[in-house]
Amino acid sequence: MQPSPKTIAALKAAVFALALVPLGELAAGALFFPDWLGANPGEFIDRATGRWTLRLLLITLCVTPLRAITGWNWLLRFRRMLGLFTFFYGVMHLSSYVTFRRVFDAEEIARDIVERPFMTVGFAALVLMIPLAATSTNAMVRRVGARRWQMLHRLVYLIAPLGVLHYWFMVKRDITQPAIYAAILAVLLGYRIVAGLAAAPSARKVSTGQTV
Amino acid sequence: MLIRRPSDISPSEITPRRCYEGRREFIKLAAAGSVLGAAGLFARGAAAQEKTLGLQKLASVAKSALSTGEPPTAYKHVTSYNNYYEFGTEKDDPARYASRLKLRPWTVAVEGEVMKPRSFGIEELLKFPLEERVYRLRCVEAWSMVIPWIGFEFNRLARLVEPTSKAKFVEFVTALQPETMPGVRLPVLDWPYVEGLRIDEAMHPLTILCVGLYGEVLPNQNGAPVRLVVPWKYGFKSAKSIVRIRFVERQPKIAWEKANPSEYGFYSNVNPNVDHPRWSQSRERRIPDFFARRPTVIFNGYGERVAGLYAGMDLKKLY
Repeated sequence: MQPSPKTIAALKAAVFALALVPLGELAAGALFFPDWLGANPGEFIDRATGRWTLRLLLITLCVTPLRAITGWNWLLRFRRMLGLFTFFYGVMHLSSYVTFRRVFDAEEIARDIVERPFMTVGFAALVLMIPLAATSTNAMVRRVGARRWQMLHRLVYLIAPLGVLHYWFMVKRDITQPAIYAAILAVLLGYRIVAGLAAAPSARKVSTGQTV
Repeated sequence: MLIRRPSDISPSEITPRRCYEGRREFIKLAAAGSVLGAAGLFARGAAAQEKTLGLQKLASVAKSALSTGEPPTAYKHVTSYNNYYEFGTEKDDPARYASRLKLRPWTVAVEGEVMKPRSFGIEELLKFPLEERVYRLRCVEAWSMVIPWIGFEFNRLARLVEPTSKAKFVEFVTALQPETMPGVRLPVLDWPYVEGLRIDEAMHPLTILCVGLYGEVLPNQNGAPVRLVVPWKYGFKSAKSIVRIRFVERQPKIAWEKANPSEYGFYSNVNPNVDHPRWSQSRERRIPDFFARRPTVIFNGYGERVAGLYAGMDLKKLY
């Protein structure tokens, strides 16, 4: 299946709009419909942006396996947008924490990041996303070089576990929700390991024949 | 050749000059109208604070000098944002599922190191002289509310059973109804939920057995039919839906301490200087504020009355 460029453009616009729905809901709730956000709206925004960051991260990580399984190479064309939306919601999540939870108290924020493991890993995950977002344009891919670009973007395999760990550490007692995210991530990363192992012998054959 | 066609617009449809020149006035008027409308919404929000679930009213409730003058948190927030893990760990789970709680018959057994052990039916508890106590509630999760509780001082009940000199602590055991409580299927806490106080804390005039709020009996999600309220301690110390009260010699093991002793201690007094290991306790969000801008006060602002209970104790070690 190879959709026409027009179809892909339309699909991209649809994905873009869909990815903005959670933000729109939060904004509408904050500005006009307080009941949507409940009794603790600041915390609601904290949690919603955090969960959407993780969800988008997992969706982004679905692209490669889905493409391999279905053979739909055009799926790759959505990966950059999904990755950037992950980063976008991550920034929203941090902003919500800085604004609502810590009310711009720099000292408290620094203490949180240094002293509390769940904050340290969450913050690390977001910081590690910065170079990925910064090198997302075509021009940057060319400048960095495809091979190095790919190496750099393997950081996502570190970022994703850090993100899930951040959620896991944060929960007070009932770990059901973070466990679901962890299980999905385990499948997505596990797939890559299995696929990599399966592909390895043939790759070696190629590499003995010629330099790639 | 010129073909005459009737105009597409009939004269009656044309906006008169005076009217269209007045469009700015119209826009201003509309803007003013929407501002007024918004103001109306806020006014309605304030009035909604009085709107309750319409549960059984509690009659002849006295006011108390121990009440705070701070404005109470809206009833809808008090009854929709709850921690009652027996019904689930999400804040809206109790409001969703606690209606299943079986409330009758309900007795509270009072036993242990007492001269006259006995049980009290809920009807008897409702006959104690009731007072309204408007207290601040500070949750360990760094949010707070102001709630007009209704109840009576725990020491009134204690005096009826005559605690002996061996009664150093009081243990509160809460309801465990697996058939009505979806949350107890998971071992999130060691069910039934048990709380405890030192005897002097329990006998303190601020400590109440609570049977209602906002003029009515307790909604199920708030711990019906009878709960504890200890306003200078984190909310989880105020056990809900109590079925057994034991006067004991040894300090009881409380539910959260059993679950995670490094994060939750027996005393759990509100204290901005002792952080929860995973978050600061220095500020709180007063529901429904977006911002955690309110500085947390030691003993939740009740220090003048309760600090003496802890004289000479290292509150950083005995958190």
